[in-house]
Amino acid sequence: MIKRIAAAIVGIGVAGGVGFLAYAWYPAIAPVAPPPPSTFSAAQIERGRVLAAGGYCAECHTRTDGVRGVELAGDYKMDTPFGAIFSSNITPDPETGIGHWSEAAFKRAMRKGISRDGTQLFPAFPFDHFTHMTDEDIDAVYAFLMTRAPVHSVKRDNTVGFPFNIRLEQAGWKLLFLHEGPLKNNPAQDAEWNRGAYLAEGLSHCSACHTPRNLMGAEKASAPYDGAPVDNWIAPPLNEHNPTPVVWTEDEYFKYLRFGSAPLHGSAAGPMSPVVHGGLSEMPESDVHAIAHYLAEIDHASTRVSQDPKALAWAMKASMKDLVGPQVNPNAKLYAGACAACHANAGPQPVEGRPDLALNNALWLDEPTNLFQVILRGIGTTEGISTVSMPSFYHSFSDADLARLATYLRATRTTLPPWSDLEKKAAEVRKTLPTPPVASSH
Amino acid sequence: MTTFRLNGRDVTVDVPDDTPLLWVIRDEVGLTGTKFGCGIGMCGACTIHIGGRATRSCVTPVSAAEGADITTIEGIDPEGNHPVQQAWREIQVPQCGYCQSGQIMQAVSLLKDYPSPTDEEIDAVMAGSLCRCMTYIRIREAIKKAAANARGDASNG
Repeated sequence: MIKRIAAAIVGIGVAGGVGFLAYAWYPAIAPVAPPPPSTFSAAQIERGRVLAAGGYCAECHTRTDGVRGVELAGDYKMDTPFGAIFSSNITPDPETGIGHWSEAAFKRAMRKGISRDGTQLFPAFPFDHFTHMTDEDIDAVYAFLMTRAPVHSVKRDNTVGFPFNIRLEQAGWKLLFLHEGPLKNNPAQDAEWNRGAYLAEGLSHCSACHTPRNLMGAEKASAPYDGAPVDNWIAPPLNEHNPTPVVWTEDEYFKYLRFGSAPLHGSAAGPMSPVVHGGLSEMPESDVHAIAHYLAEIDHASTRVSQDPKALAWAMKASMKDLVGPQVNPNAKLYAGACAACHANAGPQPVEGRPDLALNNALWLDEPTNLFQVILRGIGTTEGISTVSMPSFYHSFSDADLARLATYLRATRTTLPPWSDLEKKAAEVRKTLPTPPVASSH
Repeated sequence: MTTFRLNGRDVTVDVPDDTPLLWVIRDEVGLTGTKFGCGIGMCGACTIHIGGRATRSCVTPVSAAEGADITTIEGIDPEGNHPVQQAWREIQVPQCGYCQSGQIMQAVSLLKDYPSPTDEEIDAVMAGSLCRCMTYIRIREAIKKAAANARGDASNG
């Protein structure tokens, strides 16, 4: 009897294993000769160009550490809790890129996260979002990529350790976390909301950075858009947990996503810069409006916006604090000397081009990461507002100075509790910069 | 290679990306009206305009100015007769003069944001522009004079 039960258990186990393997195993899709450019119409390629921009393909498929790689030739280093993953070459080079990929192979990768040769792809590639894209859009991205100049470029090897490097496990991951196929139209919402949802949840994959991930590296379904660390910055919450005093309204979102700066919140910096300037700025304006419309619903802006005038009045008062008359507080003097010339605001609302720190996202987050990043790096004309720039205070401030400044700003320009361990955190952020952004003048 | 507009003309320089913009303006282009003061963005002597906004050029890497529209003290008026420069002469603001091009550039930017600035607004925006000759009282007066001139006031406000 016991033998029979044991045999049954083994049998079920084997059957389960076989079943899983059958589920997890995908055949290679036969290589094709690289399609000649004449395969695709100019309109389709252009459509693909815009979509590839709106999906930020180049942001994660272009090397940025050490040397600047050729666009789309891969080898971008993505640090994950499981190790570093280096992105693949998505130029149509037959040997090292996707030159031999058929449209069907490309579509399978986008929808299911399976490489042409049948191996499972890591979800660092956001196929859990691209799966929602329409056939027409995926085909257009394919047309765009296959008409780029092929670049022969071999990526570095991933450093993902055992057991997470077993790619077959990804099949289990997908069983749990991949919701394959198109998003359902929400009839309770208008066409603009549905368009925004399609773009934000699919092509533009906002939550890939703005939703925290669980121990298995999947977006936490229980905390959508709750904010998360990414590439040594913090992707702020996009839901009602976003702590800024003035709400992210559709109008603020639109200005930020289209032009790189929301007057009542601040500028796009760090990993968000290419999202705006290399990505959404290429999209039709109506699409950026749709994303803004959708995101403003996620943070329930319309139900919270009534508090904004009060919050704005408070912030504008805070903005001028400690700037008049002699100061004895050395931290206030540091601020007045280094920052106020560009950031102090008087009057009922900030002057355009004078980002007000009492309203700024970076000061209101749980950690000072973004504040330190921006002070150390500055913001160039390819980021934030494209006509202006902020200097780099890398050599100006020691870690202790950065800590003093952050302490002071948090205490006087927010109503939140103080940050802790600031000097240590400043040093940690400084270490993430590969080189000083500006040469020392001394 | 970095390309930008400097006082209305296109400039392309081949220098390392981390070169301070101040060095490029002074040493590569040869415009020496903009001064080196502290070298850490804390004194204002190197202030120029990027996209019309006062910016400390000594701590701005040249790469951060790609495609920018830059104005230095030489570029705010071809004859040196910008309303702020006129007010500066009328009030006889400078003593040694070293910080003054930075002061003027910051003041021009201030008046764009606050055309009739209060003492508080002047203090807040000009606090980062240091003057060892202590010409602050005359700087404030000249800013108000320039504002009044721009408004067409009969008195100096």
